[in-house]
Amino acid sequence: MGNCTENTVKAAPDLSVNIAGVTLKNPVMTASGTFGSGMEYGEMIDISRLGAIVTKGVSDVPWEGNPTPRVAETYGGMLNAIGLQNPGVDVFIERDLAYLEQYRPGTKVIVNVCGHTEEEYLNVVERLSDTNADMLEINVSCPNVKCGALAFGQDPATLCGITEKICRIAKQPVIMKLTPNVTSIAELAKAAESGGADAISLINTLTGMKIDVERQRFVLANRTGGLSGPAIHPVAVRMVYEAAHAVKIPVIGMGGIACAEDALEFLLAGASAVAVGCMNFHDPETTHRVIDGIEDYLSRHGCSGVREIIGAVR
Amino acid sequence: MSKRVYETTLCERRALTEDIFEMILAFAPEDKPDAVTPGQFVGVYTGDAAMLLPRPVSICGYDAGEGRLRLVCRAQGAGTKYLRSLKPGAVVRVLGILGNGYDLAALEGRKALLLGGGVGIPPMLELAARLKDRAEVTAVLGYRDAADFLAEDFAQVCSVYVATEDGSKGIRGNVLDAVRQKGIESDVVCACGPLPMLRAVKEYAKERGIPCFVSLEERMACGVGACLGCVCRTAGEDAHSHVRNARVCTEGPVFAAEEVEL
Repeated sequence: MGNCTENTVKAAPDLSVNIAGVTLKNPVMTASGTFGSGMEYGEMIDISRLGAIVTKGVSDVPWEGNPTPRVAETYGGMLNAIGLQNPGVDVFIERDLAYLEQYRPGTKVIVNVCGHTEEEYLNVVERLSDTNADMLEINVSCPNVKCGALAFGQDPATLCGITEKICRIAKQPVIMKLTPNVTSIAELAKAAESGGADAISLINTLTGMKIDVERQRFVLANRTGGLSGPAIHPVAVRMVYEAAHAVKIPVIGMGGIACAEDALEFLLAGASAVAVGCMNFHDPETTHRVIDGIEDYLSRHGCSGVREIIGAVR
Repeated sequence: MSKRVYETTLCERRALTEDIFEMILAFAPEDKPDAVTPGQFVGVYTGDAAMLLPRPVSICGYDAGEGRLRLVCRAQGAGTKYLRSLKPGAVVRVLGILGNGYDLAALEGRKALLLGGGVGIPPMLELAARLKDRAEVTAVLGYRDAADFLAEDFAQVCSVYVATEDGSKGIRGNVLDAVRQKGIESDVVCACGPLPMLRAVKEYAKERGIPCFVSLEERMACGVGACLGCVCRTAGEDAHSHVRNARVCTEGPVFAAEEVEL
């Protein structure tokens, strides 16, 4: 691994990372959809310790989402088919972004954007252009929202096209969030990069299904849902590794992080930052434990900063 | 009071019926909730991260002085069966205190009818206990069969009737059959139980023009309003998403019946 072991560093390691010109004080953020806009967890944990908060997906008008049941626990994970219920970008800017302003600039605010059509995505991106959002994460990969046969993120040409259009009008750096429900993640990563994305994040949830055997019916009203949680972590590490080796833009790794070791795997595989999702539900302090654990790891390995270990495993 | 994860100790655990069991959880003396509102709930973690979500369990009783929480639930899935297998002394992580409970002020001085069906019965006990001497309370408890639970606890704080589906104990039929048969009068109804029961209770209260409050159940993930997993259809625009899907864990689980579509 890197050159860490050569040094004996007394000072606290530098946890800061840079994603497309935005400096995060540490590489740990929340994964979209698992943390609302911070309000719900703000009374439980100190949000200001996070490198960034990634908000739940916001669309141009309010979305009702899917019928219930929307969630189901699975072994070491959960399925969700929320369907991106959200109040729309106007309420979001007025209420949620205003709330998050108290944590800036120490904690960056990354707004996750969703839509059914190109036009809807562009509307939201445009509305956000004169706000204090630090970055945009474009959700072209939600398995629970249908638009044609494939999500925007499943076809390289479509992904490249929508990325280009978004980047043309976006005032903030654009992160394209990729789906794992594809044959070649490297190909999709390259498509996002060639479309002008400033960074990519992955993985979104894996499409799954759960059947209630006693009642002989689907557990989720939507039949299928997105699988998240520790069960998907090794899949996510593999995909982050492949994506990081396919592109030059920064990669944000996520999928089932439960502890610092899980996050470190992503960093060593080539991610510049990581996001904690499902496990916020298991332990709202997971992000804090991950930050502390990364710092401890860097100290133990004599690293001066987290940047030394990014992509160290080849 | 802010929500958080508490580490509690399991003091007692006992079976009330073949599948219903009771847990008494003790908070650390220096770290206990000041109070709870009847109808509120907690998220109970199993201790096995393979079952990572907190289990929503309504509060059956809380002794604020001693910091002891009484939970009664049905061992149904792997998580609740795991909880039933815990031995006294076990550390149990609890997310709480969650949700909005019953508005006691709105019930004060009233002729309150409390209806509980199955695992909807436990939260009604805390409500009955807190309304003792503050309202004229009658509870009607619906069970599948003679394997009843908590009925004696209710008898200590209010009038109580038992209804069983198979007629093996008390009145044959559901809770509303019992209300009609016994001619129980009320000017407010509170109910917790299966959805068909809540629908019927809402209709019953509407016919009589009396207020009705229902406690809803839904599959939950986070328990604190972040994931939007546990919504229910509302009559008007909800406060969070401005659609018509309120969060059961946050805006609920107790709603005025006319506010929700059942």
